[in-house]
Amino acid sequence: MSGILTRRALLVGGAGALVSGCDALGNNPSFRKLLKTGEDANYALHRTLQDRNALAKEFAPNQRSPIFRANGTRMPSGDSYARHMATGFNDWQLVVDGLVARPQVHSLAALKTMPARSQITRHDCVEGWSAIGKWTGVPLKTLLDQASVSPRANYIIFHCADPQSNGTMYYESVDMIDALHPQTMLAWALNDTLLPIPNGAPLRLRVERQLGYKHAKYVQRIEVVASLAGHYGGKGGYWEDSAGYEWYAGT
Amino acid sequence: MAMMEPTEIKGGEMVKRHRISTRVWHWINAVAIIVMLMSGMTISNAHPHLYWGQYGANLDASWLDPPRFPAWLTIPSTYNLALARHWHLFFAWVMAVGFLAYLIISLINRHIARDLTLSRAEVAPRHLWEEIKHHATLKFPTGAAALSYNTLQKITYIIVLFVLLPLVILTGICLQPGISPITEWAIDLFGGRASARSIHFICAAAIALFILVHLLLVLLAGPYNEIRSMITGKFRIPPDRPVKIVESAGEIA
Repeated sequence: MSGILTRRALLVGGAGALVSGCDALGNNPSFRKLLKTGEDANYALHRTLQDRNALAKEFAPNQRSPIFRANGTRMPSGDSYARHMATGFNDWQLVVDGLVARPQVHSLAALKTMPARSQITRHDCVEGWSAIGKWTGVPLKTLLDQASVSPRANYIIFHCADPQSNGTMYYESVDMIDALHPQTMLAWALNDTLLPIPNGAPLRLRVERQLGYKHAKYVQRIEVVASLAGHYGGKGGYWEDSAGYEWYAGT
Repeated sequence: MAMMEPTEIKGGEMVKRHRISTRVWHWINAVAIIVMLMSGMTISNAHPHLYWGQYGANLDASWLDPPRFPAWLTIPSTYNLALARHWHLFFAWVMAVGFLAYLIISLINRHIARDLTLSRAEVAPRHLWEEIKHHATLKFPTGAAALSYNTLQKITYIIVLFVLLPLVILTGICLQPGISPITEWAIDLFGGRASARSIHFICAAAIALFILVHLLLVLLAGPYNEIRSMITGKFRIPPDRPVKIVESAGEIA
């Protein structure tokens, strides 16, 4: 009997030692760097195996989720966003600048008159849930072509209107492959109605081959850059900077 | 695997067991699987609901809500989804590459053909029933019989190697939106992304159950001898009546 108890104590103690050992390793910067090579390997593999324009699956209207879940910011704080809400986002503007020949400022109304694309796709959250919805918006490529992107461009940064608890604004970034992908768009409608506020009104990014946190909501400015260093925390996104999530969330 | 001359096995002899490839893979895989399970439990805690079909989120009906896994079972011990994912995605490579290498080597050195295939006699109901009775009464094989996998052991290993591990890897790949254009056929085969995630969790739970039973049987069969044989390849045959054998499945050249 005591043998069994000792054995159990040993097992629980062993598990405890294993966990604290793993915690120590996980907090070690070089070991963390080693672990992150998993992300790099997946990024390289996905980009190698797959055509850069391979489309994420598009579903039929009757395959949509009854309710499309909203996550993260559901109501941006601050007076500025409140004023936009009060005026029905009539004065909302989208700036396209950075490494471009012709910086642009689009009104929301002008964006809605541009040729739109609609797609019914699955949104996969990093937490593990999925929802299917229909998105309508302007392909990002249309906006980038109008601005004429410099050959030095490597990334697109999306600046958002929702302040985060650490004092910075939400932002995200993608590489040029995802930026020019046919399904990557700035969506202004979800399921044939104007984008609801919890889902990112009036404009949000759709980057269909990556996890949900890459799909920046409340987008105000698109900046074309050569490097992510020097922008915010330098890791290419709010969750990347603040909690160490993968920049490539393809995953 | 060398052919052994007909020998009298009395028990108590030290023999060679488990090829170097099996031993190396066993320990690499043990580390990888345990890290995958423990970091996987952190990931489960992020959204402890399983759905069936193409989608599933909080407002949809789940078919199972796994328990919240305690800190001593998760990597890291404090809730940190980002770090758990780094562990999970790195060791996924260790597990998948190690498993593939083990399969290729085991096909070449005929470990699979010789030790992991079932004969008609082995799967005869009477034989299986005998083995179940022996297991239930904790009568472990002795003498020459201890040198080869018994039938229940083979069936278990076959399920783990050819069903659970391939399925857990494939469903894991199906959860990556980055290559969903390539894996969409498999996602649909599983019944959708939410189903693929459910199957991923079911396989993980089955693998965890296998590990628990495996550890229990190692403890009951004599942990020192069993663990030594998986490290050094040396195994002392449990004593028994003398038995004539022609070929020993456990012998390694």
